[in-house]
Amino acid sequence: MPLPEIMLGVLWVGLTAYVLFGGADFGGGVWDLLAGRAEGGRPRRDLIEHSIGPVWEANHVWLIFVIVLMWTGIPPVFAALSSTLYIPLTLAALGIIARGAAFAFRKVSTELPQRRLFGAAFAFSSVATPFFLGTVAGAIASRRVPAGIAKGDLVTSWVNPTSVVAGVMAVGTAAYLAAVFLTRDAQRVGDERLAEDFRRRALGCGIVVGVLSAAGLAVLAWDAPRLFAELTSGRALPLLVLSVAAGLLSLVLLWRRAYVAVRLTAALAVAGLLWGWGVGQYPELLPGVTLRDAAATDSVLAASLGALAVGALLLVPSLWWLYATFQREHTAPAAREHDRR
Amino acid sequence: MIAGVVAAADGPDFLAARMQMALSLGWHIIVACFGVGMPAMTLFAEWRGHRTGDLHYALLARRWARAMGVLFAVGAVSGTILSFEMGLLWPGLMGVYGEVIGLPFSLEGIAFFIEAIFVGVYLYAWDRLPPRAHMLTGIPIVVAGVASAFFVVSANAWMQRPTGFQVSGGRIVDVDPWAAMFNPATPHLTVHMILAAFMVTGFVMASVYAVAMLRGRRDRYHRLGLLVPLAIAAAVTPVQIGVGDWAAHSVADGQPVKLAAMEGLFRTGRGVPLHLGGIVLKGELRYALEIPKALSLLTHWDPDAEVIGLDAVPPQDRPPVNVVHWAFQVMVAVGFALLALSIWLGVVWWRRRDPPRSRWFLRAVAVSGVASVLALESGWIVTEVGRQPWVVYGVLRSAAAVNPAPGLVWGFVLVTVVYTVLTIATVYVLRRLAADQPVPVAPQERDVTSFRIV
Ligand code: HDD
Ligand code: HEM
Ligand code: HEM
Repeated sequence: MPLPEIMLGVLWVGLTAYVLFGGADFGGGVWDLLAGRAEGGRPRRDLIEHSIGPVWEANHVWLIFVIVLMWTGIPPVFAALSSTLYIPLTLAALGIIARGAAFAFRKVSTELPQRRLFGAAFAFSSVATPFFLGTVAGAIASRRVPAGIAKGDLVTSWVNPTSVVAGVMAVGTAAYLAAVFLTRDAQRVGDERLAEDFRRRALGCGIVVGVLSAAGLAVLAWDAPRLFAELTSGRALPLLVLSVAAGLLSLVLLWRRAYVAVRLTAALAVAGLLWGWGVGQYPELLPGVTLRDAAATDSVLAASLGALAVGALLLVPSLWWLYATFQREHTAPAAREHDRR
Repeated sequence: MIAGVVAAADGPDFLAARMQMALSLGWHIIVACFGVGMPAMTLFAEWRGHRTGDLHYALLARRWARAMGVLFAVGAVSGTILSFEMGLLWPGLMGVYGEVIGLPFSLEGIAFFIEAIFVGVYLYAWDRLPPRAHMLTGIPIVVAGVASAFFVVSANAWMQRPTGFQVSGGRIVDVDPWAAMFNPATPHLTVHMILAAFMVTGFVMASVYAVAMLRGRRDRYHRLGLLVPLAIAAAVTPVQIGVGDWAAHSVADGQPVKLAAMEGLFRTGRGVPLHLGGIVLKGELRYALEIPKALSLLTHWDPDAEVIGLDAVPPQDRPPVNVVHWAFQVMVAVGFALLALSIWLGVVWWRRRDPPRSRWFLRAVAVSGVASVLALESGWIVTEVGRQPWVVYGVLRSAAAVNPAPGLVWGFVLVTVVYTVLTIATVYVLRRLAADQPVPVAPQERDVTSFRIV
C-alpha cells in the first residue's frame, strides 16, 4: 500500500484506540458525575478511580499521537481544522487540563471539601471534553471545514445539527464503554452488587446510544447527505452493519452477564462506526482536498512510519503488560492497608 | 485585502497568540523539568534504600514518587494543550512545515507512551512487584524523559536553524527529516536543556528541604532530602556553564542578530566590548558597564575579531533588544551564582565529608530553587524572543504564521484564567503533600479504602 494510505490507516488506528480507551476514561468521569450523593456514591467513585488511575495517562497519549500524526502526515488538513475550529478545540483543551489535573489532585487530597471540588471539576470536564471533540468530528463529517487557514465559519462550522449529534454521541459512547468496562472490573474485585449496578447502567446507556445513533443517521441524511449515502449504500455499509450487529449483540451479552465478551462487542460497535465514517469519507479529507493533495512528502512519511514501526516493538509489549498488570485478579486494597507506614 | 490581513496579524490577536504560547510553554517547561529529572532522583533514592536498608532513603523515594504522580499529570495535560496550540495559534507554521518537524514529534510520541506506561506501573504497582523488578520499571521512565526533552528541543532547534527541506511555490517539495532533526542548533540546545532540567529539579527539591531545616527539622531524613538532589544539581552546574558558552558560540555563528540582541550591540565592529547591564533607549544601549574587547574575545577567541551588530539587518528584522539582553544577563548571573553555591558545597564536603552547617548555606539553597527556574525561563526567553520576528529563522515570519481568525484575545484571557487556577491548585496540592505525615505503601494506592470519600 502506498505511504499516504498507510499513514492515514495508522492515524485512524490511533483515533480508534483513543476513542475506546480514552473514551472509557471520560465515560468513567460521566459516571462519577452520576454516581449519586457523597456517601451513597462512594463505592462507585472508588471503583472508577481505581480503574482509571494507573492507565489514564497512557490512554491519553493516543490523543497526542493522533495530533502529531496529523501535522506530520497531512499538514494542510491539520492547519485548516485547527484554525477554523479553534473555539471547540480550545474548549476541549481546557477540558483536558481540568480533567487530568483534577483527577490527580483529588487522588492526593484527603479533606472532603477539596475532594468535592476536584471531583466536580473532574466530572464536569469529563462530559464537556468529549462533547467538544465530537462537535469537531461532526464539523469534518458534514464538510463544513474548507481547505485553507481559517476559511470556514468560526461558529456554524461546529454549531450545527451533525456536530451536536456527534458531540452527544461522543459523550454517550464514552459512558457506554465505561459502564461495560466497569461492570467487569467490579466483578473482578469481587463486588457483585456493584457489578449489577453498572450492568443496569450499561444496559440503559446502550439503549439510549442505540436510539441516538438511529436519530443521528436521520440527521446525517439531511445535513450530510454524502456521508449518509456512503454509509447506507456505499463502501461503508458493511461497517455500519457490523456496528449495529455488535451493538445489539452487546445488549444480549450484558443481559446474560457475559461481562468479558461484551467488552469486545461493545468496542466493535464503536470501532465499526468510526471506521464506517473513515471509509465513507475516504479519499476526501476536506471538501475538494483528497488524501493525495494533503499528504506530506514520501521521505517524511517513510521516516515517521519507520520510526513508529520500531517504536511499536517497544510499545505493544509494554502496553500489554500495563493492562495485564492491572487487570489481574488482586486482593482488595484494604488488605494492604495494614502494612502502611 | 492583503493589507487587511497584515494589519490584523499585527494587532492584538497576534500579540495575544504570542503571549498565550509563551505562557503555556513557560508553564509546561517547569513541570517538564521534573518529568526529566525527578525519576532519576527518585530511582537513586530507592536504590540506595534497597542497597543500604536505610529507611530514610526508602521514605524519601516514596515521598518523591507521590509528588511525581501529581507532576506527571499536570505535565501531561499542559503538554497536550501545547500540541493543540501549535495548530490553533500557528496554522501557518504547521500547515506548511509541520511535516518537516514531524519526525522528532513522532519519536516524542513514542517516548511519551513509554513514559506514561511505566509511570503507571512504577507508581501503582510499587507493592505488587519485588523491589528489584520495581526499580527496573523506573529505568524506562528516566530514559524516555530525557529522550522526550531531546526530541522536542530538536524541533525547536530546527526553528532556530532550519535545514533539511526545499520549498517551491509555497509548498514543501523535498524533505530530509533526519537532517531537519539534527540541525546545527540541536546539539547545544538539547544538551543545555537536559542539563537545565536536572539543575532545576535538583535545586528546587533541595530548597524544599532547606526551608524545612531552617525551621528546625534537621534530622537525617531532611539532611538526605537536601543532600541527594543538591549534590546532583551541583555536579551538573559547572558543566552547564561550559555548555552555555558553547551555545553562545553557536548562536554567534548561526544567528548573529540574536547574539547582537543578547549583547545589546548595535554597530558591527572589531574589538567590541562586552556590555553588562544597561538599557536601550532611542536605538542605543545606555548606562551599560563596558569591558573592552571582551565580546570579540569571548565569541571568537580573538580580541580584534569582528562581531556583527544589529545594524546588519533592517529594523523590522530585529528582535526586541531589552528583553533579550536582560534575559541573557539574568541567566548568566544566576548560572554563576549557582556555581558559587556548588563550589561551596563541594569544598566543604571535600574537607569534612559533610555539607556546610551555616544557616547562610541553607538560606542560599532555599533560594536556589527559584533562581534556577528564573535561569530556565530567561534562557528560553533569550532563545525564543531572540528569534523574532521569525518563527522559522530567516524563512517564515511569526506574523505570517499566526491564525488570522478573530477573537484569539479571548482565548488568551480564558487560558490565562485556567492557568492561574491550575497554578494555585498545583502549589496547594504539593504543599499539602509535603505537610502530610504518613507515606502510603504504594504511592498511588491510597485511593480506595484509606480515603474518607466525598
Ligand atoms: C538552569 C538553567 C540555566 C543556566 C544556569 C544557564 N542556562 Fe543558558 N539556557 C537555559 C538554561 C540555563 C535554557 C534551558 O533555558 C535554554 C533555552 C533553550 C535551551 O536549550 O536552553 C538556554 C539558552 C541559552 C542560550 C541560547 C541558545 C540559542 O538561542 O540557540 C545561550 C547563548 C545560553 N543559554 C548561554 C548560557 C550561558 C553562557 C550560561 C552561563 C552562565 C547559561 N546559559 C546558564
Ligand atoms: C523544551 C521544551 C520541552 C521539554 C523539555 C518537554 C519535556 C516533556 C516531558 C519530560 C514530559 C513528560 C513528563 C511530564 O509529563 O511531566 C512532557 C510532557 C508533554 N509535553 Fe513537553 N516538553 C517541552 C515542550 C513541549 C512542547 C513544545 C510540546 C508540544 C508542542 C510538548 C508536548 C508535550 C505533551 C503532549 C506532553 C504529555 C505527554 C504525556 O501525556 O505523557 N512539550 N514534556
Ligand atoms: C518550553 C520552553 C519554551 C519556552 C519557555 C518558550 C518560550 C516562548 C516565548 C516567550 C515565545 C514568544 C516569543 C515572542 O512572541 O516574542 C515563544 C514562541 C513560540 N515558541 Fe517557544 N518556548 C519554549 C519551547 C518551545 C518549543 C520546544 C517549541 C517547538 C517545538 C516552541 C515553539 C514556539 C512557537 C511555534 C512560538 C510562536 C511563534 C513565535 O512567536 O515566533 N517553543 N516561545
